[in-house]
Amino acid sequence: MTELTFTLKINPQQRVDVSPLTPDNLNGKSLPDIAAIELQTGNRKIRVDELFAISGEDASTIVIKQASNKLDYLGKGNGSGEIIVEGDAGAYLGFQLKGGVIKVSGNVDAYAACELRNGEINIDGNAGDFLGAALPGNKKGMQGGVVIVKGNAGDRVGDHMRRGAILIEGNAGAYLGSRMTAGTIGVLGDVGALPGYAMKRGTLLLLKKPTNLTATFNDCGTHTLGFLPLLLKGFQGYNTQFGGLSDKIKRVRRYAGDMSGAGKGEILVAV
Amino acid sequence: MIINGVQIDQTFAEAFPMRATRVIITAQNHKWAHISAQAFTGFATSVIACGCEAGIERELDPSETPDGRPGVSAMIFAMGGKGLAKQLETRAGQCVLTSPTSALFAGLNEGDPIALGKNLRYFGDGFQISKRIAGKRYWRVPVMDGEFLAEETTGMVKAIGGGNFLVLAESQPQALTACEAAIEAMKQVPNVIMPFPGGVVRSGSKVGSKYKTLNASTNDAFCPTLKGQTKTELSPEIESVMEIVIDGLTEEDIKKSMRVGIQAVCDLGSANGIRRISAGNYGGKLGPFLFHLQEIMA
Repeated sequence: MTELTFTLKINPQQRVDVSPLTPDNLNGKSLPDIAAIELQTGNRKIRVDELFAISGEDASTIVIKQASNKLDYLGKGNGSGEIIVEGDAGAYLGFQLKGGVIKVSGNVDAYAACELRNGEINIDGNAGDFLGAALPGNKKGMQGGVVIVKGNAGDRVGDHMRRGAILIEGNAGAYLGSRMTAGTIGVLGDVGALPGYAMKRGTLLLLKKPTNLTATFNDCGTHTLGFLPLLLKGFQGYNTQFGGLSDKIKRVRRYAGDMSGAGKGEILVAV
Repeated sequence: MIINGVQIDQTFAEAFPMRATRVIITAQNHKWAHISAQAFTGFATSVIACGCEAGIERELDPSETPDGRPGVSAMIFAMGGKGLAKQLETRAGQCVLTSPTSALFAGLNEGDPIALGKNLRYFGDGFQISKRIAGKRYWRVPVMDGEFLAEETTGMVKAIGGGNFLVLAESQPQALTACEAAIEAMKQVPNVIMPFPGGVVRSGSKVGSKYKTLNASTNDAFCPTLKGQTKTELSPEIESVMEIVIDGLTEEDIKKSMRVGIQAVCDLGSANGIRRISAGNYGGKLGPFLFHLQEIMA
C-alpha cells in the first residue's frame, strides 16, 4: 500500500486548520469520505478535495506535498503513525501530539510542538517563536517527546516546558527556556538574550556561552557530570548531531537560576 | 557416581523461593566500583540473620554500563519483596551513595519495579534534579564530590536461594583449595551469587536447634570433630567439610553454577585429598527446589 498523499492544489489565501488530516483520524476511512472532510479556513469551511489532490490509501503514513505555511495544526492530537510534510508548515505543528512522528522538510511557524505530550517532531528548516511552549494563559508547555530542529528557532523556545527534549542544531532566539518547569533544551549554535528567564527547573545545554546571561544566574563552576554522557547517548536513536556529542562534551560550566524565582534550573555550557 | 576419584553422593541440595534484584554500580575506576559494591553486599551472607543475601556477580567493562564507566553488577536476594526493597534502599543509601564517584543503575528491567534512587533523592534536600532519559527516570543528587546519579527503580523478580554443595576433604587446606577453585569457575556463570565470605561457608547449618530461640544450628552430621559423638555422615578419612551456597535467578542458573563448581573440585580429584561431594539435604523441611547432584553431573 502506498502512503496517503495530499498534494496542495492551490495556495490558500487564509490560514487553514488541517488538524483532521492525521493517521488516527483517517485510518479506516475511504477516499471519498476523506475528500468530503471539511476544513476550517477563516470564517468558512472547505472540503479537503478543494484544497488537495488525494492519492494513496495507507493512512498510517500521511504525506503532505507542496505544503504551505498557511497549514496550521498539522498532526494535532495524533497518537500514532507518521506525517511527512514536504515544504513548510504553519503554526501549531504537532499541537498536543500524543505519539508518532512528524517530519517537516521546510520551516514551521510559531507554536510548533505546543503542549506536546509525546512522540517525535523533526524540522529540517527553521522553527518560529514559542517552540514547545504552552498556549497563552496555560501553565504546561511541552510535557514529553523529542523535538529536533536542524535550523534555527525563534524566541521563547520551551516557554513553560515541563518534560521532554528540544534539540536545536542552529541558533535559538531570546528568552530560551523562559518559565521552564523541567526538561532539556540543547542548542548547538548561538542563543539570544536572557536564556533561562524565570526558569524554575530544567536544563539548557549550550555549546556556546551566551553573551547576554541574566545576573540572576549564578556560576557554580566547571564540572564533569555523570548524567551528561547518558543523556547524550539517549539521543543516538534520533536524527540529530546531539547523539554524537557523548564523547565530545566532557566538562560543562554550570550556571544555576533563575534566582529571581525558584532557582532550581541550570544552564550548562560546554567547555 | 565417581569423578576423578571423587564420590558424588546420591543426594540433593534443597533450595527455597526468594525475591531478587540486580544493580549496576559504576565509579571512576574498577577499584572504587568494587569498594562500593563490597560495602553494598557486606553483612549479607544469610537470610538467617542478615535480612538478605547479596554478592558481586561480575565486573563490567565501560562498554557494558549505562554511563560508560567501569562497573560491577551485584545481586541481592531476600525472602520477600518488602524485605528486599528495604535492604536495597538501606544498603544503597549507606554504601553506594556514600562511596566516592559512584553511580547506581538498575540491573534488571523486568519484574516489579522497586525503589533505587526514588527515595535516596531526598538526600539532595531539594537540590536534586530529575532527568528522564530514553524512557527511564534518573536522579541527580548533589554531593560533596560532585553528583550522585541513580536510576529511579530497578526490577524485582522471583528467584531461588540455597542451592549448595559440600566439599569433603582429607584436610582443611585441601578443602579450602578445592572451594577456591570452584568459586573461580562459578564466578563465570551469570545470574548467580555465592553470598558467603569468599563464596565459601565453613559453618553449614541444619534446620532447627535444641535451643528453642534458634531456627538453625551447626550441621553436626558433617562436623569432623563430632564423628564419634553424633550420627555422622563422615567416613574416618574426612577431616574437613566446606560448603558453597548459591543463589540464582532460575533453577537452570543454579544447576549450571553447581555443575561447573563441582567439576572444578573434581578436577583436583582424590589425588589432592578430595573424597566426596555431598549436599545440604534437609528432608524437605527447607524448600521445594531439589538439585540432585548426580543428575547435574550426568
